[in-house]
Amino acid sequence: MKKHFWSLLMVSAVLAGCASGVKLDDVPVEDKSATSVGSGQGVAIQGIGVAQGSAQTAVASVAASQVSAGQGPAGIAHVVFFDYDSFVLRPEARPVIASHAQFLQTNKQRKANLEGHTDDRGGREYNLALGQKRADAVRQALSLLGVPESQLEAVSFGKEKPLATGSSDIDQAQNRRVEIRY
Amino acid sequence: MLMNLFCTPVRRLGSLLVWLWMLLATSSSLAQFRVEVTGVGLTQLPVLVAPFKGEAQAGQKMSQIVQADLARSGQFNPLPAESLALDEMSRPDWLALRPLSAEALVAGSVTRLANGRYDVRARLWDAVKRQEKSDFRDNVTAADLRLSAHRVSDWVYQQLTGTPGVFTSRISYVTKSSGRYNLWIADSDGEGARSALSSPEPIISPSWSPAGTQLAYVSFESRKPVVYVHELASGQRRVVANFKGSNSAPAWAPDGRSIVATLSRDGGSQLYRVSLHGGEPQRLTSGNINTEPAFSPDGNTLYFVSDRGGNPQIYKMPAQGGPADRVTFSGNYNISPAISSDGRWLAYVSRLPGGFRLHLMELSTGQVTALTDTNADERPSFAANSRLLVYATQQGGEALMTTTLDGRIKARLAVQGGDIREPHWGPVRP
Repeated sequence: MKKHFWSLLMVSAVLAGCASGVKLDDVPVEDKSATSVGSGQGVAIQGIGVAQGSAQTAVASVAASQVSAGQGPAGIAHVVFFDYDSFVLRPEARPVIASHAQFLQTNKQRKANLEGHTDDRGGREYNLALGQKRADAVRQALSLLGVPESQLEAVSFGKEKPLATGSSDIDQAQNRRVEIRY
Repeated sequence: MLMNLFCTPVRRLGSLLVWLWMLLATSSSLAQFRVEVTGVGLTQLPVLVAPFKGEAQAGQKMSQIVQADLARSGQFNPLPAESLALDEMSRPDWLALRPLSAEALVAGSVTRLANGRYDVRARLWDAVKRQEKSDFRDNVTAADLRLSAHRVSDWVYQQLTGTPGVFTSRISYVTKSSGRYNLWIADSDGEGARSALSSPEPIISPSWSPAGTQLAYVSFESRKPVVYVHELASGQRRVVANFKGSNSAPAWAPDGRSIVATLSRDGGSQLYRVSLHGGEPQRLTSGNINTEPAFSPDGNTLYFVSDRGGNPQIYKMPAQGGPADRVTFSGNYNISPAISSDGRWLAYVSRLPGGFRLHLMELSTGQVTALTDTNADERPSFAANSRLLVYATQQGGEALMTTTLDGRIKARLAVQGGDIREPHWGPVRP
């Protein structure tokens, strides 16, 4: 996990060089390599410092990059949906969860990220907490089926990554979900 | 005496609508921007800010930045002054100025020095007593001329109201545009925005460090919410909370040595104090959802959102954890608490039948006022002098707005395009 995170940060640092967020004329771009600090779980990344002379308004620009997802069980749904304001698995989600539990027990080296999501109503941080409740519900269901916690991580995206962007009830129902990613 | 300037009874009561269209030369290009102030003011001091001598050549319309700052504060009514030819050395022709009914006059100059820096000077007069009141002097690079104009505004504001200005402070916010997220650092008027972070994944909850040099925020770039601390001048950032599960809602302790954040490492969403110098996080809450921490200015009390009563409400507890008291009682959905630096006010968002609206509670009395009539208000934060709030909303499109605490004067900040969200008002710069 830690190694994976390091490589991500290295990639971030490299990509930062080609995707500067602000256009700043006539300013040299300094490239700096990743450095670490020894503080608990903390990992330091030196971004791309865009120097602004001695200006007190200087803001250096950093570009982040994303990770790609791996493959899970074939032919099995990777999303389970929830009712409005609910964190309880629907009956039709049970066989889906069971298939993922079987896959994880057969493939002990694989890990699943359970990503909770909400509809777009309400505050960002509060929705993050609501999405976490959904992700935790799926984690607990997998755990009850015998999947070790070490193979599971329940996280939340809150309302940040909707599947459907419309405001209809059908769209919003699409967004109340947990995605199971490998 | 400055009291003279303010003792006149209700000076301007009635509808006020000021539109200042401005052409502003930035260091790299000409950019057009608009300052829009709307509302009904109770007492607004009429002030003349003459064009600064040399500002056209310097490429920053200093006087227009100052006028817009003063208008946004809600406490001033900047009068049209384009035709005045004055600088700080002038002897104002008070008879000629009298029909303008100004109570204060500001004039100044911008001079390029041999070393390429700029000398900025200004003088403030009491236009009623026709006396010099104060002088201002600054020496900056071309890139800091906007900053210097905001310093002029802070000086004028302090001289005329007795309260420190906040025009030199900065505001951070996030935009989403073409599937990309940007974390912006802008002047307090929304201008001069620079991207501190660009990412293909969401960025939420930016929070200024007490010293104003760093931001804590939540980035999803590793496909989960992780809390970073980002030093703005260098771009150096580090992970301060990447525990198993979600890590979010960072709030700086006033001493800047730790943050309180929401972690789900032990299941659910709980508040933890996380030292910036490493060590095991200290858990502060249990049960249900506990999130969106906000410190009282003395650092002794934590306000936060909890659903322990069945729906989200704002509670407070000792900063080290302990029994919590409920703070909000009306409505069934109250979130995003922010406490003013003078400790008097709690701003938060309340769900009403029509939508989500910014509210203000006076903490000593519990009295609540709705500050807006918009329906998608988000994430309020206070200016350092506790006189203004910034929030995101939908008002003729997505917008960042500032409002006075009586809700009377609102201003739309000029911001970068795209979906606009997550503003946070930083401390005043030295």
